[in-house]
Amino acid sequence: MSDEERTCLEEMPAPHTVASDSVPLDSLLTGEQGVVVEMAGGRRLLCRMTSLGFTPGAEVTVVQNFGRGPLIALVRDVRIALGRGEAAKIYVRKDAP
Amino acid sequence: MSGDDKSTVPNGTRAGTVEDPILVALAGQPNVGKSTIFNLLTGLNQHVGNWPGKTVERKEGVFQYKGTVYKLVDLPGTYSLTANSAEEVITREFIIRERPDVVLALVDAAILERSLYLISELLPLPSPVIIGLNMIDVAEQEGIKIEPEVLQAALGVTVVPMVATKNVGVREMVDQVDLLVHDGDGYQPKMPEIRADHREVLDEIEVLLDGCVPEPYSQDWVALKLLEGDREITTMMQGCMSEEQWDQVHQVLRAHDDALVAVASGRYEWIGRMIRAAVTKPKAGQIGLTERLDRWATHPFWGLAILAGILAVIFGLTYTVGAPLQDLMDTFLVSGLQDLARTWLGGAPGWLADLVVNGIIGGAGAMLTFLPILVIFFAVMAVLEDVGYLARAAYVMDGFMHLMGLHGKSFLPLFLGFGCNVPGVLGTRVIESRRARLLTILLAPLVPCTARMGVIAFLAPAFFGRAATLVSWGLVMLALVVLAVSGVLINRLVFRSQRAAFIMELPLYHVPNGRTVGLLVWQRSIEFLQKAGAVILPISIGVWALSVLPGGDVEDSFLAHIGRWMEPVGSLLGFDWRLMVALLTSFIAKENSIATLGVLFSVEEGAGLAETMAATFSPATGLAFLVVQMLFVPCVATVAAVRQETRSWRWTLFNVAFLLIVSWAAGAIVYRLAIWGGL
Repeated sequence: MSDEERTCLEEMPAPHTVASDSVPLDSLLTGEQGVVVEMAGGRRLLCRMTSLGFTPGAEVTVVQNFGRGPLIALVRDVRIALGRGEAAKIYVRKDAP
Repeated sequence: MSGDDKSTVPNGTRAGTVEDPILVALAGQPNVGKSTIFNLLTGLNQHVGNWPGKTVERKEGVFQYKGTVYKLVDLPGTYSLTANSAEEVITREFIIRERPDVVLALVDAAILERSLYLISELLPLPSPVIIGLNMIDVAEQEGIKIEPEVLQAALGVTVVPMVATKNVGVREMVDQVDLLVHDGDGYQPKMPEIRADHREVLDEIEVLLDGCVPEPYSQDWVALKLLEGDREITTMMQGCMSEEQWDQVHQVLRAHDDALVAVASGRYEWIGRMIRAAVTKPKAGQIGLTERLDRWATHPFWGLAILAGILAVIFGLTYTVGAPLQDLMDTFLVSGLQDLARTWLGGAPGWLADLVVNGIIGGAGAMLTFLPILVIFFAVMAVLEDVGYLARAAYVMDGFMHLMGLHGKSFLPLFLGFGCNVPGVLGTRVIESRRARLLTILLAPLVPCTARMGVIAFLAPAFFGRAATLVSWGLVMLALVVLAVSGVLINRLVFRSQRAAFIMELPLYHVPNGRTVGLLVWQRSIEFLQKAGAVILPISIGVWALSVLPGGDVEDSFLAHIGRWMEPVGSLLGFDWRLMVALLTSFIAKENSIATLGVLFSVEEGAGLAETMAATFSPATGLAFLVVQMLFVPCVATVAAVRQETRSWRWTLFNVAFLLIVSWAAGAIVYRLAIWGGL
């Protein structure tokens, strides 16, 4: 594990008890929607995510997800490009199709 | 930022004269059209510099309206005001310490909710805010209806609807600034409320902080930033308080160390309440222009194809439009001036005529001929940035950059490096991770900049005739392959394959604004010319002096001695002392190699420099020289930028040594291969 990630983990709040019905954002397919439930990561990443519009309760639509490489999500009417690793730190409750 | 004594000046005491202008700060998130407004208001009356001690660009300008003089400072674009980057610190420190009379805060009407996040952070700061609701035309196209009066009533802050690119609403906004400055009593904003569950903690922290918060910070604000875990403020308060006092604060903070996300959520909830009545959004399902374009531009295959096409167009323009213009300038401007100077200085001592003709015009004048190529490049980059395409380029390049342990964002500074490596190195500021940033800085000098491309474009046709385009293309590819391999190696060996976070906004596409693009090209060109005057001119005079002293003959000059002393190293590649000297002076500026060769070969009259060189050296030597030129130690301006950005001499020297070895090794290999291949 890298130094950077290690410091991120150290900064992380106590282990998350992620609600059982939530899934990481990168598992949503193109066009699927959900609501953010929980976010993990270091302070810097969390700060970046929140200022770009991701907070618990925000509605998210995955605009592009080819299963590999970065993906594009629409949150608060803004298109945000995220790496898969970053998307995996955002847990969402998937809307029923 | 310097603790100016201005910080103690209360609001509204500036006279609005040339000596004491009204201070207006322009704030907003990235891509809200700040530069458009800034350029509209100040025109050419602007000054571009750096924030003290930072590498962030600082733009300020002056304008007059209704007899009042305003000084407009363009604050860097930031999404929030928590100290994660230099931009965020600069913005909040400027407002807290310099106390602008008005903060003009721009928001994007098409993404109002997210745009207002910065406003929720600006309102608690000491300066009054006026909101410019920009891009209402884009919002309307997207089917979003906003009632500015309702928004204004909800926020208690003046809201001016506008379309900056069409100069709609800008005058009205300045009218509001004028009104606020001359009658500021009416300013009563609705402050973002703190969520009830945090109010208690904040009160608790504030009690502990009481009397310890240094001027000019407010206790409220410091408490909130502490709760958010802001590093700058935490360090500051730790320094201001005794150990026991800080321990108490620290304990409260530790019990709430997950408050960051909750505080942000609170802000969005407040924003939601503010805009609910003012905004009507269409039902989802409408497909906008951006979405349609992005189906291609961000596609894993087509996106790369489009990017490759754009790069091809840039190089095509450089060669079909830029190079001929450069030739024309060389023929008419440089040679013309030289002839003129020769006749004019006919009666003056020989050395003076030589200094002017070869030292000044031949050296620095030759560099001016690069301007057409630079202008093309600056213009294309400015258009791509203004349109919003650059973020897409970063997105599609993410996969490739991963090979080097970087992510897509590193592509932008490297791409900028094609123009000039200095903005490329400075551009690495967009990368948040220190490690990814360092690696990008180390790789940036390997991107072939226009100056190097100019040298190649000048020499390649002389040595290779019709094959020049192919050779130039091959040299660019070689540089990029070396860049990729170096990236992989440095990442594996030095950084042990770490990876950085990738998260960025893909802004809506915009029609590019001619004025914004034009001004950017203008500023960059002026910067280049200033550099030409301040750095290249003395250097070419110096090189000229070294080439005529002590005896007046190049062959016995100091320069020749230096070159001959180094010749053994160069002979590996078939270089003679003149090529060694040319490389040495290219450290000052890449384009100097041509200027130096121009001075060194000026003895041979009649034929042009390129022809003389082709007649002097074999194609193998020519090719090896071009390869070394392509990969050589970066110019002194780039080295200075690397030092400034890495803040480490160790990494700077590592970079220089690394490139020296790589360029010489590549040159030697190519030379041997070329000889073996019969060149």
